[in-house]
Amino acid sequence: ALVGVISFPPQNYPLYIRSIPTENELKFHYTVHTSLDVVDEKISAMGKALVDQRELYLGLLYPTEDYKVYGYVTNSKVKFVMVVDSSNTALRDNEIRSMFRKLHNSYTDIMCNPFYNPGDRIHSRAFDTMVNSMMMQVC
Amino acid sequence: AADEALFLLLHNEMVAGLYRAAEQGEGENGRCTTKLESMGFRVGQGLIERFTKDTARFKDELDIMKFICKDFWTTVFKKQIDNLRTNHQGIYVLQDNKFRLLTQMSVGKQYLEHAPKYLAFTCGLIRGGLSNLGIKSIVTAEVSSMPACK
Repeated sequence: ALVGVISFPPQNYPLYIRSIPTENELKFHYTVHTSLDVVDEKISAMGKALVDQRELYLGLLYPTEDYKVYGYVTNSKVKFVMVVDSSNTALRDNEIRSMFRKLHNSYTDIMCNPFYNPGDRIHSRAFDTMVNSMMMQVC
Repeated sequence: AADEALFLLLHNEMVAGLYRAAEQGEGENGRCTTKLESMGFRVGQGLIERFTKDTARFKDELDIMKFICKDFWTTVFKKQIDNLRTNHQGIYVLQDNKFRLLTQMSVGKQYLEHAPKYLAFTCGLIRGGLSNLGIKSIVTAEVSSMPACK
C-alpha cells in the first residue's frame, strides 16, 4: 500500500511529503498535485452551498485505478492530502477522519513551536514519528 | 485571576524591556513598536491555529471577524469586543471599552502617549491570526481615553 501525507499552505507548495514504499514517488507526487485542483474545486463549491460547508474533512476526492485520494482543509487554509492504495478496502471513512485529525493536531503543535517558521518545510521528528506510526497502521 | 495577571505582567515587562534595551543603544525607539508587532504576529499565527482546530469552517470574512471579536478575544482577554463596525468594504473597527492591557494603567488621559506601545503586540496578534486564516490586513489601534481603544 502507498500512503502519503502532504500539507500545502495557501501558496500550494508542499510542506511535508512522505510515502512508503518509495519506488513510485514521482507518480505519487503527480497524483497529489492533481488532487489539489480537486480540493480547490470542492472549496469553491462550498461557496455555492453544494457541499456541507462546516466540515473540515473533504472526504474522497476522486478515485483513480490505483489510488484513492482523500482531502482535508483547515480553517487556516492548510490542505492535507492522503493517497491510499485502491486495493486497501479495509480502511474505513472514520479511520481516515481520525488520521486527518491526528495530522491537524500535530500540525497545530508545530505552529506553536518557536523554532518553526510558518511556511517552512516541516522537519519535526515528532511529526515524522506520528506519520510513520499512522502509515504502519494502514499498510 | 492569577492566569490573567501572568499574561498582563509578561506583556508589560516585554514592552518595558524592549524600550529599555533600545535606550541602551541596542535599537532605535521607533523599531520597538515594530518588534512588538512582529512578536504579536507570530504568536497570533500559532494561537489561531490552535483556536480554529476544532471549529467549523468559516463562511466568509465577516464570520472570521465575528470569531475574532467573540471567541478569540474572550480566550485571550477574557471578554468580548464591545462593538464591531464595518463599512462592508474591508474596514472593520473593533472597540474594546475596557481593554485588559490598559485597565491597570489609567482611566482617562493619564499616560495616553504611552498607550500605542502597549497596543502594538495586540495589533500584531490580530494581524497574525487573520493572516493564517487567509486574510491580509493592516491593523492599527487608537486610544482617545483609557482604557477604551479601537
